[in-house]
Amino acid sequence: MNAAEVQTFEHDVLVVGAGGAGLRAAIECSRQGLGAGMVCKSLLGKAHTVMAEGGLAAALGNVDPRDNWKIHFRDTMRGGKFLNQWRMAELHAKEAPDRVRELEEWGAVFDRTSDGLISQRNFGGHRYPRLAHVGDRTGLEIIRTLQDYGVHQGFQVYMECTGLDLILDGGRIAGLLGYWRDTGRFVLFRAKAVILATGGAGKAWRVTSNSWEYSGNGFAMAYDAGAELMDMEFTQFHPTGMVWPPSVRGILVTEGVRGDGGVLLNNKGERFMFKYIPERFAPETAATEEEANRWLKGDRSARRPPELLTRDVVARAITREVNEGRGAPHGGVLLDIASRLPAEAIKRKLPSMYHQFKELAEVDITKEPMEVGPTLHYFMGGVRVDADTQETTVPGLFAAGECAAGLHGANRLGGNSLSDLLVFGRLAGIGAAAYVKRHTSAPRPGDDQVIAAVRRATEVLNREGGTNPYLVHEDLQGVMGRYVGIVRTEDELKTALAELERIKAEAARMKVHGTSQYNAGWHQALDVRTLLVTSEAVTRAALARQESRGAHTRLDYPGERDEWLKVNVVVRKGKDGMETRTVSRSEPPRELAAIANATIEELEGTHA
Amino acid sequence: MPERKVRVWRGNAMGGGFVEYTVEVDAGMMVLDVLHRIQAQTANDLAIRWNCKAGKCGSCSTEINGRPRLACMTRMNQFRPDEPITVQPLRTFPIIKDLVTDVSWNYQQGRRIAPFRPRPRDPDGQYRMRQEDVERVQEFRKCIECFLCQDVCHVLRDHRRKDAFVGPRFMIRLASLEMHPLDTADRIGAIRDEFGSGLCNITRCCTEVCPEQIGITDNGIIPLKERVVDRFYDPLLWLGRKLFGAAKPR
Repeated sequence: MNAAEVQTFEHDVLVVGAGGAGLRAAIECSRQGLGAGMVCKSLLGKAHTVMAEGGLAAALGNVDPRDNWKIHFRDTMRGGKFLNQWRMAELHAKEAPDRVRELEEWGAVFDRTSDGLISQRNFGGHRYPRLAHVGDRTGLEIIRTLQDYGVHQGFQVYMECTGLDLILDGGRIAGLLGYWRDTGRFVLFRAKAVILATGGAGKAWRVTSNSWEYSGNGFAMAYDAGAELMDMEFTQFHPTGMVWPPSVRGILVTEGVRGDGGVLLNNKGERFMFKYIPERFAPETAATEEEANRWLKGDRSARRPPELLTRDVVARAITREVNEGRGAPHGGVLLDIASRLPAEAIKRKLPSMYHQFKELAEVDITKEPMEVGPTLHYFMGGVRVDADTQETTVPGLFAAGECAAGLHGANRLGGNSLSDLLVFGRLAGIGAAAYVKRHTSAPRPGDDQVIAAVRRATEVLNREGGTNPYLVHEDLQGVMGRYVGIVRTEDELKTALAELERIKAEAARMKVHGTSQYNAGWHQALDVRTLLVTSEAVTRAALARQESRGAHTRLDYPGERDEWLKVNVVVRKGKDGMETRTVSRSEPPRELAAIANATIEELEGTHA
Repeated sequence: MPERKVRVWRGNAMGGGFVEYTVEVDAGMMVLDVLHRIQAQTANDLAIRWNCKAGKCGSCSTEINGRPRLACMTRMNQFRPDEPITVQPLRTFPIIKDLVTDVSWNYQQGRRIAPFRPRPRDPDGQYRMRQEDVERVQEFRKCIECFLCQDVCHVLRDHRRKDAFVGPRFMIRLASLEMHPLDTADRIGAIRDEFGSGLCNITRCCTEVCPEQIGITDNGIIPLKERVVDRFYDPLLWLGRKLFGAAKPR
């Protein structure tokens, strides 16, 4: 084929992904006067942001005036076990309140306090009620607000279009080759800058809260283009996914259930989280059920219930209870809200959880407990970016949101993702604008790269026969679940690497039947490739980090180790495959270090 | 594991027909799970949209035994053991392939609606709204854009008047803006003249199929119709407008 035959569009900036980060980035590009396009795999408004439930963390101080950005920053660093990029955590905590107010100006309708301000709810790891929310469908509110505002800002939206490969011009970004899902035709987007906002890759695991879209496209595209991936070992298992029936296993049960008073019980009816309070959090966690209940009623002298410890802690505790034989019938534990709140309050505060359990599991959560267990939920790691501009190590390539690394360190706090999308989506737009203004000459996408990308994508259609891509995907999910799960060992990780090599060979023999028109099998085959790159990056990074920190737990290296606080693990494409190395972390500015290590009392009420 | 026969419409814009598949059905399965099993085992290239699998994104809209539904929220155990199960694409929109239809018309309607225009903030930089006042709008904002209401609407489905009526989804989008406590734009004229509020004859089919149980007709469309009537058919108001200019009803 001839590269000139490929349909072509031209923009200053192309945004890949249309969740919160992609939409906010595209809006910012338009505001900065750039011609922007936005590519989304699904229909507009269906991206994964829509599933976010609990809320959006920002230190507005509407519910507890003692809150301020410094405490949000401190909570984020402590939640991330101090491996976060300090500057990103600072920017995030400082700018999140403005991003919430901006959403309100664009039409978002958050739940209100009694004096009419944006209400805020409690969440794991957040010292004060901090999550702006709309019942338990906050993600829908955010994506719809950005969508309805965004379609009037002038950027082009390309729906049901999937990115395949970044196209370079002498090491600098020149565009992206993608395909239309409905027709299977290829399309070239020429652009001076590309912003990746492609989310994570939960689909490498079977038990995940993620949809098919989470296939690591952005990770793999960035990696192939020479960018670095960082902190890939930190994969967050959300403690509460549904476990029954099998077909819905992994679907998220919002942390808001615990924020509103829900408690975790083992099969003996014991509220087991009191046994798992880490030393670091003991001074700020309730010691008894009585104290936890007082806190829930608003007693400011009481400390937080242990169910609201960070996600890594709760997920490990649940795993331990189940492994030691104290689990519920289907391999989870019980999450009880029914005995904690009146039925009407549950339906009002958690309507979509009520609906979800009623419809999917035939369980009435106002009458009986839910059964829950850990589910792969989120990538703390991702493409390595500059904290202020979101530019990657490839000139002209930017990344924001879940597909970028840095803000969350070793573990993300609930609610910090939605604010991440908005804060860093905007900064990526500003960063890309500055880049485009600096680089006035238009890059030229190489024809040979375009042709190679097309050929690589169509191989699976042209083969005579071969393996079923669905089976290869299942195989991969099995390997990641067995060997790269919530607790890890060197032996298992090495087994995983060998298994991934085997699956790579299988993947090279995949065959897709039918034409390329809306062919789910073909889409699946293309996703297997990007999932494999991601899985290998996670496994290699997990093997490299010889300690347990946040979401990364090594049975053979228990506990946090000081030497590993000094480095981040980075992978990139080398001549002979994937290369892993560590990069030194710079010392934090003195002011930030002081805030992160301060006591709560020192920081309260300092609205600076 | 019991086996079930499921008839799925296969084809494209040129034509097609039902293909029968035999599938093992496990406890707790939804129709979407069954379609996924067919896809993984026997028909890799079967086209269906889906994302969240939990009724939150509104992607997997199809017609199941003739009724517009989300495949991810339709339990297999609600059908009698001997009841045939038929899955076909939304009838109101052009077919792309198998169960996937071209719903881009809906996105065009969304762009036609005048955007949210907020009043200025309070002097301290805040917006204040009472929870009771926002709840009315929050009901409409629960919409997941599954377009099942658009699919079932007689005006769009049977009378094919996409040229004249935006359909229930966008009537409630309009309602969510018109009843938004902060909004200052006036869309009442457009609701009658451009968006075709008069064409809805309140059969409530849209409300019946809404997976979010939004009171589309009673809480959204009827109040909008009333506002249109107040504006255009109340002679005193009409005179007032002539004398003092249009004021947005609050």
